[in-house]
Amino acid sequence: MSSSVLYDHPGPRARVRNAVLSVIFGVGVVVLLWWIYRRFDEAGQWEARLWKPFAEAKTWTEFILPALWQTLIAAATGMALSLAFGIVFAVGRLSDRWWLRVPAGVVVEFFRAVPLLLMIFFILYGVPFLIQGPVPAFWAVVVGLTLYNGSVLAEAFRAGIRSIPAGQSEAAYAVGMRKSQVMQLILVPQAARAMLPVIVSQLVVLLKDTALGYIVAYPELLQRGVNDLSANYGNVVAAAIVVAAIYIAINSLITLLANWLDRRSQRRAFRVARRSAAPAAEQTVVEPQG
Amino acid sequence: MHVFADQANLDAYLSSFLWILKLTGASAFLALVLGVLLAAFRVSPVPVLRGVGATWVSLFRNTPLTLIVFFCYFGLFSTLGLSLADDLDLNNYWLGVVGLSVYTAAFVCEAVRSGINTVPAGQAEAARAIGLTFFQTLRIVVLPQAGRAVVAPLGSVLIALCKNATIVGTIGLMESSNVMKDLINSNGDAVIPIFLVFAGTFAAFLIPTGYLFGWLANRLAVKR
Amino acid sequence: MRIKRVAAVAMAAALTLGMAACGGDGDGESGSSAKGLVGKAQSQKKLVIGVKADQPGLGLQTGSQYEGFDIEVAKIIAKGLGVDAGNIEWKTTVSNNREPFIQQGTVDLVIATYTINDERKQKVNFAGPYFIAGQDLLVKADSPLTGPEALDGKTVCSVTGSTPAKRIQTDHPKAKLQQFDSYSKCLPLLENGKVDAVTTDDIILAGYAAQDQYAGKFKVVGKPFSSEPYGIGLKKDDKAGCEKVNEILKAAAGDGTYKAAWDSTLGKSGKAAPELDTTKLTNCGS
Repeated sequence: MSSSVLYDHPGPRARVRNAVLSVIFGVGVVVLLWWIYRRFDEAGQWEARLWKPFAEAKTWTEFILPALWQTLIAAATGMALSLAFGIVFAVGRLSDRWWLRVPAGVVVEFFRAVPLLLMIFFILYGVPFLIQGPVPAFWAVVVGLTLYNGSVLAEAFRAGIRSIPAGQSEAAYAVGMRKSQVMQLILVPQAARAMLPVIVSQLVVLLKDTALGYIVAYPELLQRGVNDLSANYGNVVAAAIVVAAIYIAINSLITLLANWLDRRSQRRAFRVARRSAAPAAEQTVVEPQG
Repeated sequence: MHVFADQANLDAYLSSFLWILKLTGASAFLALVLGVLLAAFRVSPVPVLRGVGATWVSLFRNTPLTLIVFFCYFGLFSTLGLSLADDLDLNNYWLGVVGLSVYTAAFVCEAVRSGINTVPAGQAEAARAIGLTFFQTLRIVVLPQAGRAVVAPLGSVLIALCKNATIVGTIGLMESSNVMKDLINSNGDAVIPIFLVFAGTFAAFLIPTGYLFGWLANRLAVKR
Repeated sequence: MRIKRVAAVAMAAALTLGMAACGGDGDGESGSSAKGLVGKAQSQKKLVIGVKADQPGLGLQTGSQYEGFDIEVAKIIAKGLGVDAGNIEWKTTVSNNREPFIQQGTVDLVIATYTINDERKQKVNFAGPYFIAGQDLLVKADSPLTGPEALDGKTVCSVTGSTPAKRIQTDHPKAKLQQFDSYSKCLPLLENGKVDAVTTDDIILAGYAAQDQYAGKFKVVGKPFSSEPYGIGLKKDDKAGCEKVNEILKAAAGDGTYKAAWDSTLGKSGKAAPELDTTKLTNCGS
């Protein structure tokens, strides 16, 4: 339902009213922004010395860009592993065998309920006692991301697989496929296709969550771009604004991609898509981790 | 479990989860109010309001919460001079609530908006046909029906909010992640029991919450 | 079959990505050999040293380089062990991962404003101390604060769970404590008056006060209220390595390299080099 059905096509009076409201709110927003600008100005936050580092090549080549690369590589690795984890555990939870179904369910429910911050911290400081060896910060972050996002994806996949019309698997059984074949050849591929928008928007969540890597000194964007950079130049607020802008730009691009994929799969009238795309669209907003 | 036999450690553990509970409670309320308002903005006939709603969502949904909480401290409090309480911990608590609320509101807004999209167009058309205004249509006809469809997504948002409350620890509030860090640092021999207690506390509260919302969503689902 | 192909390609891409990333990060785990520090330095001619990245004057990462007093001391130790400065791999440590990094062999040495104390001695071995710091307060240049006893009702900024923060909590419970994950976040707050003091070891505070952007704005009160002997952390069972490091420190105190390290870093603020008291060096756990 598009929003326009909520109100009548505006007549002359409604148009005037909307214009007046637009102006009032518009002015309100501008005043607020101007006030914030002035207060930052009074506090000296726009002083050139705080922003000058961002005009220097060194800031970008030695702090921000390498850090951005670390952020992206952690997110990409985490995503790849989360996908594998998600598929395995979704199929596990749908198994007919209780000794597969129950542990898979426990794992997925547990990791969805534990804050990522606790997870990463535990992996870096607790796991070494178990495996008698060091865990690099990179893997603490990636494994933490994988366990959490993989569990979220497992639930999304499970919903996706269950949303596929029963006729699909019935037909497959009818031609003599085994359960594992039905899963591999019929259900998972269709679900994966329908879940593509969810997967891509989970990438936004994952990318943002890499920021938690700074608590274990993983040299990602928040650690290098805000903490270390401001230790050099004393410009905490300025650095945070620049880094936030980078996150917003990248995540907006990913969101655009997710929306485009969503529209495309709907336009193609993919059989499953109509039915599972609605929960899919909701899934894109339901797991807002840090 | 000898770690938690020490009264000081037990108190730290309990008070850390009390902070989480308080953060979640206050932020859930504010985020719900703000999120519904933003969703109304996004479907309203006034272009500027739609713009405000859309900008809010794309700004806050795409920024790591850690940075948002950070901005609340260094932007709102330190630079703009907005002090929310005289007590240091309480001030940090409220700054954390502001950060969690503006962030979570973006997700509530999107959940409500997609809930509105599940209400058949005929409902709103019928409401308009009998002469209801935009706000009447939204309040009396659309939102009550959308509300049923958003129970499940809002449940997930609430669970995520509770977990995200740990991030307020980065501005110094002694919530669960900071206390766990402290306990692990001073009890290196009991790392795993400490983690299991903290993670288990979250799981013990949040897994049933998830099932509760699933059950509610099923019960309230509009059969079409 | 189109659908299946799409899924297959996606899976393949995901796996390749995963494996590429796995391959790229193997270098983080160069554990020290069984022969301890001396053996590793001799056979491999390289060392992994854990240092701070955000403490100006001591250990500060400026882009790809590290600089500061700790870094210079690390270079002296490495040289004494026969390792070129160019073959040192610097590893950023934060306060709460120093012991795990040593125990797990992530680093060979930690030289990161690392106070020797009994609790830590149970997990790691310490050489040194190469410097005696003391907890102090950093305040605005015009502040009337004279010491920790004047902190009642005032706001102090420090690092979450750190020793200085705990000391304030227990000894001066009436002071309000604002905690962050790094000291660099405390300084803008001190600058605009949101906190009245920053507390940690005097040498760290001096490093911040000497930074260009804060020049003349802050002062260290100068009444240290604790003694923090900075040690060089290494594996608990590596007694030989520890003794070797102490020998190198002794030599450096005698031939002026220690003083040169100070003069090229913290000494720039005009403070004279401290005397390295070689009689106070640890007995390496024996």
